[in-house]
Amino acid sequence: MKTLVAYVENKPGVLNRVASLARRLAINIDSLTVGPTENDEIARMTVVVHTDEQGARRVQASLEKLVDVLLAENISGRPAVVRDLALIKVAADQKSRPHLMELVKVFRARVVDVAPESLILEVSGTVHKIDSLLEVLRPFGVLEMARTGSVAMTRGADLLQPPAAAEASAGCAVKPN
Amino acid sequence: MKRTGAEILCETLQRLGVKDIFGYPGGAILPTYDAIGRSQLHHVLVRHEQGATHMADGYARASGGVGVAMATSGPGATNMVTGIATAMLDSSPVVCITGQVSSKLLGSDAFQEIDITGITMPITKHNSIVSRAEDIARAVREAFVIAASGRPGPVLVDVTKDAQQGTCELDWEAATPKLPPKRLHPACEETEFARAVELLNSAKRPVILAGHGVQIAGAVRALEAFVRRGHFPVAMTLLGIGTFPATDPLNLGMMGMHGEAWVNRAIQESDLIVAVGMRFDDRVTGDLRTYATDARKIHIEIDRSEINKNVKVDAALVGDARELLEQLLPCLEPRDRSEWVEYIRTLKGHSAVRDIQSLPDSGHLYAAHVINDLWKETKGRALVVSDVGQHQMWEAQYYHHDRPRSLITSGGLGTMGFALPAAIGAKFAKPEDEVWVVVGDGGFQMTMCELATIVQEKINVKIAIINNGYLGMVRQWQEFFYDKRYVATPLVAPDFCALASAFGIRSEKVGTRGEVLPAIRKAREAAETVLLDFRVEQEDAVYPMVPAGAALHEMIRRPSPLVETATEP
Repeated sequence: MKTLVAYVENKPGVLNRVASLARRLAINIDSLTVGPTENDEIARMTVVVHTDEQGARRVQASLEKLVDVLLAENISGRPAVVRDLALIKVAADQKSRPHLMELVKVFRARVVDVAPESLILEVSGTVHKIDSLLEVLRPFGVLEMARTGSVAMTRGADLLQPPAAAEASAGCAVKPN
Repeated sequence: MKRTGAEILCETLQRLGVKDIFGYPGGAILPTYDAIGRSQLHHVLVRHEQGATHMADGYARASGGVGVAMATSGPGATNMVTGIATAMLDSSPVVCITGQVSSKLLGSDAFQEIDITGITMPITKHNSIVSRAEDIARAVREAFVIAASGRPGPVLVDVTKDAQQGTCELDWEAATPKLPPKRLHPACEETEFARAVELLNSAKRPVILAGHGVQIAGAVRALEAFVRRGHFPVAMTLLGIGTFPATDPLNLGMMGMHGEAWVNRAIQESDLIVAVGMRFDDRVTGDLRTYATDARKIHIEIDRSEINKNVKVDAALVGDARELLEQLLPCLEPRDRSEWVEYIRTLKGHSAVRDIQSLPDSGHLYAAHVINDLWKETKGRALVVSDVGQHQMWEAQYYHHDRPRSLITSGGLGTMGFALPAAIGAKFAKPEDEVWVVVGDGGFQMTMCELATIVQEKINVKIAIINNGYLGMVRQWQEFFYDKRYVATPLVAPDFCALASAFGIRSEKVGTRGEVLPAIRKAREAAETVLLDFRVEQEDAVYPMVPAGAALHEMIRRPSPLVETATEP
């Protein structure tokens, strides 16, 4: 699994181009998240792809070629915070509810909805942590689940910022031989 | 003054220096055609939109500028797909402008509506849809910048009918291209550069592999200086032909599947490969596991995604080929490599005995004779546009190109039917050049409708059909790898001379070797298009041949009675 972060133009069709590129390289996208940045015109993507280092390099280099991509970095192997958020609807009756509350505490999840027969838990963390919580919830009966996919940010001084407008690509000129 | 989007589109094209547009009208692009009629633009009416894209492609490759193709929505746009993909695979700067249904009808399956930006997404460098007159000028200007910059490629701009009909002021300043700012990886890292210099200076058996990128980057002279100083032998890819003079002793010729034996052997025995503006296509490398195993590799390439894609390299110099070659030049230490160059020359001598040109005249006409005579008669100065197949390889082997942009052919996609329309485009770009189409009887039948375009535009190109009655290259594969089971390759063709005369085009049938030169001479003297129908040996094969997936040195050689006594080099 490799994680890439990209800044892209916030306009229609860009997601399609990014997804199409992975399809073209026959690389499976494990998760892809898009969200706004402080700049309305720019969106930030975190793409987790099922590939090796060589594959990640190809995805990165191909992403970089798209006109609408401002910056693409392969952050796998760099110190980074990578987080998923999940909403999990789990079956809960009078008897099981106290046990579930114990697990909620251990996993630092939150109960965001309580109904007679179920609870919705909100949990964020690494993919591994969410998977572990799911594992222990399964015996209670997981009724429904929604996961965001990973968002990632490199740690400390390793800043990933979109390039400024001044870094605009140069114009073209015919090159005579 | 308010103007329609269609008028702004024409004005923008003119301001960008466009003179000729290759296209075909239709409902959704009609407002623009109406404006073309009132502009200074010259519109070339093609007979099929695929032809329009090939013409724009030929125009771009011959001129080094951007070629423009235009079509209506729906089938007009989808007919362009093959031509766009051809331009994409060969990094050719083509701008396609398509009409689209009005923006309020988008997505409604309106008459002749198709999602052409969706369809062409993977085969264009970029594409966009414009639905307001105000956005046309900027979109078209951006398309030109994207098409021609970096590694060039096709760009499609889909313009809705209401955008063409809407009115606004043309504010040229406001329509300045605003491409997203980019932060790319540092172009050429110093450590890579230093490693490259070290490899270059320590190489004993180096070979330069020159590709299409050399002429795209305008690096022909820089390459020549580099080669002279380092005394490097140069091998070329199919599209690299013309980047280094064919008649120069350091030029080895074409490499790859149908590369000459000495070229492929030199590559396999080299200790350093310097790949410039080429992408290690499978037709060039053969089996990657056995490819130039003794050689260290330097890759000079503008497209980072090509680095380590097929062949793992020791030093990657990402950037403009011309700049990089010029930077490397002063770092080259003089080295005597005459022993290596001499060794390759010996290999070449051994191969010559198998050459069809050296075999006794059997009274049969071979394609190689035709093409070699064409080279001699035109003194190598013609602009040749070849199609795809056996004749394409023979052209590459027997027409010796000394100038860049003097061979135009579909290399990457291998698009049959490319040559005739591409030659028409090339002629518009280079009206003073003598343009020859070298095409097989199969490929010619794919786009021969463009003969009408030639007549309507009164242009002068010479057409040499290498007519062997087969889809020759496929037949050759069937001969070698499918036990001569010629399924679907014998080809019935019309009488091409009768066909030409139906179009009002002069023609001549040539069946013997003695008739070749006189026919070429007569065709050259004519101030109009002439079609020559060369009836060549039906079951000749292109040699040498590296079977697909075999090692580059495992070549099928031309069987020759003369070679049986000679020792294999």
